[in-house]
Amino acid sequence: MSDAQMAARHIPDRLEGPAARFVKSWESLLLVVAVLVFTVNSFASPYFLDPWNLSDATFNFTEKAMIAFAMALVIVSGEIDLSVAAIVALASTAMGYAMQLGFDTPVLVAVGLGAGLACGVVNGLLVTGLGLPSIVVTIGTMSLFRGLSFLILGDKAFTGYPESFSWFGQGYVWWVFSFELCLFAALALLYGVILHKTNFGRAVYAIGNNQTAALFSGIRVGRVKFVLFMMTGLMAGLASICLTARLGSTRPSIALGWELEVVTMVVLGGVSILGGSGSIPGVVLAALIMGMVTFGFGLLNVPGIVMSIFIGLLLIAVIGLPIVYRRVRAR
Amino acid sequence: MKMLLKNREMLLVVAILVLVGVIALRFPGFVALRNLVNVYNDTSILIILALGQMAVILTRCIDLSMAANLALCGMVAGLINLAMPGLPIPAVVLAVILLGAFLGAINGLLVWKLDIPPIVVTLGTLTIYRGMIFLLTNGAWINAHQMSDAFKSLPRGVVAGLPVLSWLSLIMIAIMLVVMKRTPLGRAFFAVGGNPHAAVYTGIDVGRTRFLAYCLAGALAGLSGYLWVSRYAVAYVDIAIGFELDIIAACVIGGISIAGGIGSVPGAVLGALFLGVIKNALPVVNISPFAQMAISGAVIIVAVAVNARAERRKGRVILKKAEAI
Amino acid sequence: MKPAIALEGISKSFPGVRALSEVSLALYPGSVTALVGENGAGKSTLVKILTGIYQPDEGTIRVDGAESHFPTANAAARAGVTAIHQETVLFDELSVAENIFLGHAPRTRFGLIDWTLLNARAREILKRVGADLDPTIRLRDLGIANKHLVAIARALSVDARVVIMDEPTAALSHKEIHELYELIDRLKTDGKAILFISHKFDEIVRIADRYTVFRDGRMVGEGLIAETSQDDLVRMMVGRDVGQVFPKQEVAIGEPVLTVSGYRHPTEFEDIGFELRRGEILGFYGLVGAGRSEFMQSLIGITRPSAGAVRLDGEVLVIRSPAEAIAAGIVYVPEERGRQGAVIGLPIFQNVTLPSLARTSRAGFLRLAEEFRLAREYTSRLDLRAASLDQDVGTLSGGNQQKVVIAKWLATRPKVIILDEPTKGIDIGSKAAVHAFMSELAAQGLSVIMVSSEIPEIMGMSDRVIVMREGRIAGRFERGELTAEKLVRAAAGIAEAA
Repeated sequence: MSDAQMAARHIPDRLEGPAARFVKSWESLLLVVAVLVFTVNSFASPYFLDPWNLSDATFNFTEKAMIAFAMALVIVSGEIDLSVAAIVALASTAMGYAMQLGFDTPVLVAVGLGAGLACGVVNGLLVTGLGLPSIVVTIGTMSLFRGLSFLILGDKAFTGYPESFSWFGQGYVWWVFSFELCLFAALALLYGVILHKTNFGRAVYAIGNNQTAALFSGIRVGRVKFVLFMMTGLMAGLASICLTARLGSTRPSIALGWELEVVTMVVLGGVSILGGSGSIPGVVLAALIMGMVTFGFGLLNVPGIVMSIFIGLLLIAVIGLPIVYRRVRAR
Repeated sequence: MKMLLKNREMLLVVAILVLVGVIALRFPGFVALRNLVNVYNDTSILIILALGQMAVILTRCIDLSMAANLALCGMVAGLINLAMPGLPIPAVVLAVILLGAFLGAINGLLVWKLDIPPIVVTLGTLTIYRGMIFLLTNGAWINAHQMSDAFKSLPRGVVAGLPVLSWLSLIMIAIMLVVMKRTPLGRAFFAVGGNPHAAVYTGIDVGRTRFLAYCLAGALAGLSGYLWVSRYAVAYVDIAIGFELDIIAACVIGGISIAGGIGSVPGAVLGALFLGVIKNALPVVNISPFAQMAISGAVIIVAVAVNARAERRKGRVILKKAEAI
Repeated sequence: MKPAIALEGISKSFPGVRALSEVSLALYPGSVTALVGENGAGKSTLVKILTGIYQPDEGTIRVDGAESHFPTANAAARAGVTAIHQETVLFDELSVAENIFLGHAPRTRFGLIDWTLLNARAREILKRVGADLDPTIRLRDLGIANKHLVAIARALSVDARVVIMDEPTAALSHKEIHELYELIDRLKTDGKAILFISHKFDEIVRIADRYTVFRDGRMVGEGLIAETSQDDLVRMMVGRDVGQVFPKQEVAIGEPVLTVSGYRHPTEFEDIGFELRRGEILGFYGLVGAGRSEFMQSLIGITRPSAGAVRLDGEVLVIRSPAEAIAAGIVYVPEERGRQGAVIGLPIFQNVTLPSLARTSRAGFLRLAEEFRLAREYTSRLDLRAASLDQDVGTLSGGNQQKVVIAKWLATRPKVIILDEPTKGIDIGSKAAVHAFMSELAAQGLSVIMVSSEIPEIMGMSDRVIVMREGRIAGRFERGELTAEKLVRAAAGIAEAA
């Protein structure tokens, strides 16, 4: 009885304030890296700090980052979508096809988004409907979607998109702020709110940490995952519109290898590849870092492939170094 | 239940036979022995690579860097030949097998010692290894005329009616059959993927076993690197780009579970052959070669669905009368 | 007699925890030593040291009196120490023979595995443990009891001198447990030293010769079973007197709340029907595998029944998912806490609010202040011990995790709460807290279904008991007529003695 009568012990909500939590977070480390890269770049090249150059640099990452936001949610939920780059290609091919039939910009945009969404639905159905592992399913659909592009286009290309369409990839909303950059910012905000401020986002975290317990807790696991794959398809469609408009042409090899860059961006942003943790601000910072590094190397005339070595090393280092550090400190 | 495992491979044999049969109905030339030998020869490299990937996938890991490893080793083989045309080819092959194993060991060490998820590690090394080729060559190609004749002719030589390339893949299959079925290491691959936790208790070092699987896959990728470059008589940064997915596709089609612990050498070989038959049949039946990618994508999806059905656990049967059914 | 293996002054620390401090343990040939202790007392750490998985920070291991080290699992196996773990330890996809010989398979002259010899020797060993199994079939096609026999066969195959059994009866049926006892007797006769870890005292008294009690990483008592009693063991284990007193309050039972009729499933259960009334605790007793959890999970929409009707407060309900069950006011606290209950990786407060997000949020947007308020309210009612509500639920002890899990489902303000083995694997202190709370809930007018395999718990807490056997209802008992014998007979299908 004495136990029951004892006043319940008070448990504080949190032990640390927001500032302390931020200092310890992955995002703060990324912020330091971003500042460093920015500083190094501005010393390395006199052209770096020019607003128009910086604005140009953003095209390096905006399209990939759009996909990365949706991918971040998929990875937090414990799944992965390797077909995103292939969706970009198929959506671009669909738009090219529609253009050849004589449709104008509004229809092309609808076709691009629709094709992306449809691909997302296919992935979602295979993963949630048939209960197949997403890593293999999306390796399959990656081959299928890009394969369809190849089947339609072969070694040809669609060119000659209407002037009004190219605005999505080349237009500016105001001064140096391109449409893509504004879209990137808006989507970052949107996805940040979805993941961090809504019930849906909480469900994504719960599923990523323990799918079974989430199901028992009344989370509609299948439905949430289906929506995530749909959203990823839609974002790939959107990125496809921007990219196609920017390049002005569609080849079946468009956006080749982007899935790896997008996953790298997400993981660099602190999202655990095993699911269950990560944040949108982290992904935004990772996108900025990757974009600035690419741009900096470009200014220094370093070829793109060397840049990719750097990204590969970065990916392994950002995940491996904290582990090494923890090991050394534990000794 | 052994039957079921056999059945999974039988199913694939039947699927391949049906596929070949349907093609033969309209294009009898396809089943000419000569052509079938060609198809096999053409698939040999994929078979060798799928055997390595199988070992890795069995341990619950994945190696996305195999094609990049192949490309780097192939380029190094070419560079060695360029610098020392007189060096015996077996020495070159041995060198790139060791190099491949070393590159695989890097993957394995990162997975073993740092606990980095395999997909992240090999995603990273995939770009690094391919980038290394550029650093080595500055983007230059090695063309046929720069390679010594011995270098180019080894895989094409014919022994007892089969090209050496085919013989090499058959030898690799035989070696892997023995390794997987009759050596403690081979059984450890299954144990580590089937139940890593329990493997520790049976005295198996999970990390070390995975490391060795990566070394094995790397060595096979190194060998394939030489074979690829000498067969196609060209080496450049982008050879075999995207081929890592074909390798994984062959394994998945062959019934190797991506969750680890389930798979077999015949499965991997048949999976590779299935893709090889499709690839070689397309031009024959007058379908655009550009359709190959879409078809293999569809095949992967079907194969995963079929595998998942076979692996699905039956629920607990409690009612007596239900047991009888 | 000289011990086959002796641990002396063993200590082991992990970051932030001292798991073992200066414990000693001796195991004698031909004798069964029971290791007793609450969860977290250090038993599993000790097993891991004995089997070479962990290295002790201090202390010595002596094999036949000689100082030894087990730097790897292999070294321990070579010294003749082998462990039979709970069901997770074997390889489903490998054959029975290989499960027995993995790691020490017979080899040919060329160093290759000799499958013919391997299968023959497996057949031989299986015969010794009394298992009539084909060594070439895959393990996944065996039932739990047969898997256990394979695990024991494995222990014999290495010619072990020390056999560790970690809760070997946890998943076995009555009959299988008796077969295991016989096997243990045979192992004793063979001169094996056996370490037997169990939470069931009746079992310990039945099977063990000696005991060692751990509490908080220390050895607090040892001796001969013949010279002690269950009460003494419990007292040593918890460090105080704990009477098995159940805090069941007398509650006026109200009108029927939940009515289930004609519930059936193609392979798992059939003809399940009952009424649950306001303020009532309805016990579901049965052997493991009787279909109780399967039925409960079907009731909340995890699996679909093939027929059956549910009425809640007189209205017909169709439940297709846990989400719908929660919305209707029926919640299920699952048996497997780590897998189905707690979302490890999320903080305590987010665990508590997960099924109640619709209430704490506004228009789909989270309101953290509301969440903390709800979490505070329910965790304090359950007397949770934690550093903060923002702490990862995975860092809590089993008992406190269970409190979080129960708080999570209570926070949905259910009408009916189903608790599946609510005190399995938690310490005695937390058990008492859960029992007291359950009783309080019933007193407040909640209807409770309690699935339990522990007879004292069923008898102590239930107003009525339904016994299930092989997927069917095998008996219904009012509180007044309950006896342990009746329950066991109904569950095992033995006719009432005349």
